[in-house]
Amino acid sequence: MAEIRKSWTRKQKRLGIIAGIGVILGLATTLVLVALSSEIVFFVTPSQIAEKGVVAGQSIRVGGLVKDGSWSREGDTNHFVVTDGASDVAATFVGIVPDLFREGQGVVAEGALAADGSFVASKVLAKHDEKYIPREIVDELKARGEWRPEGGGP
Amino acid sequence: MSIELGHFALILAFGIASVSAVVGYVFWRGSERVTHYLQQGAVLQFILVAGAFAALIQAFVSSDFSLSLAFENSHSLQPLLYKITSVWGNHEGSMVLWILILVGFGAAVALFGRNLPRDLLSLVIATQSLLVAAFGGFTLFTSNPFARLSPAPFEGRDLNPILQDMGLAVHPPLLYAGYVGFSICFSFAIAALISGRIDAAWARWVRPWTMLSWTFLTLGIAMGSYWAYYELGWGGWWFWDPVENASFMPWLAGTALLHSALVMEKRNALKIWTVFLSIITFSLSLLGTFLVRSGVLTSVHTFASDPTRGLVILSLLAAFIGGAFILFAIRASALRTGGLFAPVSREGALILNNLFLATATGAVLIGTLYPLLLEALTGTVISVGAPFFNLTFAALMTPLLLLMPLGPFLAWKRADLVAVTQRLAFAAGLAILAAITLFSLSGSPISLAPLGLALGFWVAFGAIAELIDRAKLGRVPPMESVRRLMGLPRSAFSTALAHFGIGVTVLGIVATSAWENERIIAMQVGETTTIGDFSVEFAEFADAPGPNYSSENGHFIVTDQRAGTRDVVAERRTYVASSMQTTEASIETYGFSQLYVQLGESAADGTHIVRLWFKPYITLIWLGAIIMAAAGALSLTDRRYRIGAPQRRARHAAEPEAAE
Repeated sequence: MAEIRKSWTRKQKRLGIIAGIGVILGLATTLVLVALSSEIVFFVTPSQIAEKGVVAGQSIRVGGLVKDGSWSREGDTNHFVVTDGASDVAATFVGIVPDLFREGQGVVAEGALAADGSFVASKVLAKHDEKYIPREIVDELKARGEWRPEGGGP
Repeated sequence: MSIELGHFALILAFGIASVSAVVGYVFWRGSERVTHYLQQGAVLQFILVAGAFAALIQAFVSSDFSLSLAFENSHSLQPLLYKITSVWGNHEGSMVLWILILVGFGAAVALFGRNLPRDLLSLVIATQSLLVAAFGGFTLFTSNPFARLSPAPFEGRDLNPILQDMGLAVHPPLLYAGYVGFSICFSFAIAALISGRIDAAWARWVRPWTMLSWTFLTLGIAMGSYWAYYELGWGGWWFWDPVENASFMPWLAGTALLHSALVMEKRNALKIWTVFLSIITFSLSLLGTFLVRSGVLTSVHTFASDPTRGLVILSLLAAFIGGAFILFAIRASALRTGGLFAPVSREGALILNNLFLATATGAVLIGTLYPLLLEALTGTVISVGAPFFNLTFAALMTPLLLLMPLGPFLAWKRADLVAVTQRLAFAAGLAILAAITLFSLSGSPISLAPLGLALGFWVAFGAIAELIDRAKLGRVPPMESVRRLMGLPRSAFSTALAHFGIGVTVLGIVATSAWENERIIAMQVGETTTIGDFSVEFAEFADAPGPNYSSENGHFIVTDQRAGTRDVVAERRTYVASSMQTTEASIETYGFSQLYVQLGESAADGTHIVRLWFKPYITLIWLGAIIMAAAGALSLTDRRYRIGAPQRRARHAAEPEAAE
């Protein structure tokens, strides 16, 4: 081995190193592409669940406002309704909702649809800032002409 | 009055910085007087910005709500510490802190860099001044922290309750010191590209600054991670949130830079790549500081933003990053490469390290920016979450960690892989044994955990093995070993310590991920539940007042066979001024493990929702980071890398290099 390596020319060494780098970069690119195609989560509003034909079990993020009067808790399970003004989706979440989770406030819930069409959240995000509504929701509400910034825009 | 003085000081600093930048770039080849002017200018900028920052602090401490920023972010009932930290708990004030650290580093170069070649020093200060002018101008014109309100309100709106915490006192200054410190590397890179002067001495000047910034950044990220862990109440310590990624990418690139600068310093190779990395690292820091403020990314940590400001920020980013890369493209070919080496050598190992770190940085960058690109191009909104990052990052880090212990054993130029493997066989065996023992003690089902543990132990033991090997422990009399150990340069210790710290962090991550235990339960007062070996009794529920909040306290009695009984309190606070709620989880430490008790909202039926986590060995994650930072600090005390010291070595090193 050692003798062979000694006889490598400068050019061969450089080529060897470049080939090695190329192989690693190629593998890494493949990895990133595979991960991107399989691990991304689509963001939808309640209306888009039907429009886009989201199937049960597919990992999604649902964004909207927590419908007034819809939040209740029994035991460790929270029930609430996410609305975008046009459509609603009933959601359940086991655990402690974030401090800024309120009725009438923006929320993003990550999870999947159950067979009955309700949404089972594995993660609920509300934001630090009390003025905050997730940008996706603002865009969506603006698009639907229901954006009322008097509640405090982001 | 002092507010106007502060405002004026910041404007003056902006003016001096603008003039310094122009003078520096035009007359960098000029006389000694130009360099002197630039040095004095850099120090003056620091004094002025420090004055501006002090004026802000003074207004906050005295609850002067005629200052709009204090009205928005402070409250007269806040404890003194939070009044001070409120200054940077918002966009405008944090910009002033950012600039203060920037001019601090600039002044440090001006003072400690007296022995740098004059042209290089002039260009470095010019570039620093350009940064000060750009971001100082941005602050003054789009986010003026000194705006007044008339009439002055009687009471402030209070700092965001989540930020009313020790974390805010420590995390942003450390993080900014890390981010901004890399500006020195950036300025050195620009100076090298303009002057065409780049050699091993350049790497020696850049390395201590990189090391210093890296140390701050390591601590800053670890501190931020711990803060998020205990304050947000989500129980997690890393969320792959865009803002976290934004701080992690400069760290990865900076780590790569530390290693490539080493190759450049010792072997005069990888010059172009090192310059490139210097630019990349600071560009990523800028991205980290400003992308989150531009409003294009949504994150748990973002400052409130407005669109006009976002546009200015993005243009500034584009100008600096784009400008640097154009300069790089034009000038890089003028830098001569040098240093021949075999693929199996210390250089080869360090290239491999850089390759994996750079690829990992790229993967994190893609994951962070891909949703933005996709939305801009197709309108589809997606989120790239933890699964993407866990998959790609773990896959890229595993080979790096596997090879890490080998690196320091390899000789420069050409190394013998077989001999190195033999010297590390003992550490490898020990790592596997330790992983199996720990795993079988825990009695969990089969998973990938033992492999991860073995990897962590391998990195940690491998790092120590290098020291043992160099001390010839067991092969020579013990006293001789001690003498050899004492004689090793501090850089050997800091390398071993830093790598050991990585191993410790890996162990913490693997153990927590594999054996974390979580329970969510609705409890009534008096009820008892168990988690792992702990029994947790909900003893009492009571209201308690605080200075600017009222809180609900859940008292729990936690019993563990070994550690005995402990009383813990989990709180839910409601802040008076903002009527916002925060969760103050109770975190009890048992050895390296922690029990995390979080109190949720109460229901009409008298139950309270309670979340319990047992997090085995979780403190190792941050302990590892602290060890890494200690290694950085240790390396800075090495006489050879001390910031003021390089001139002695520089003369010394310039001789052989000159013949190249």
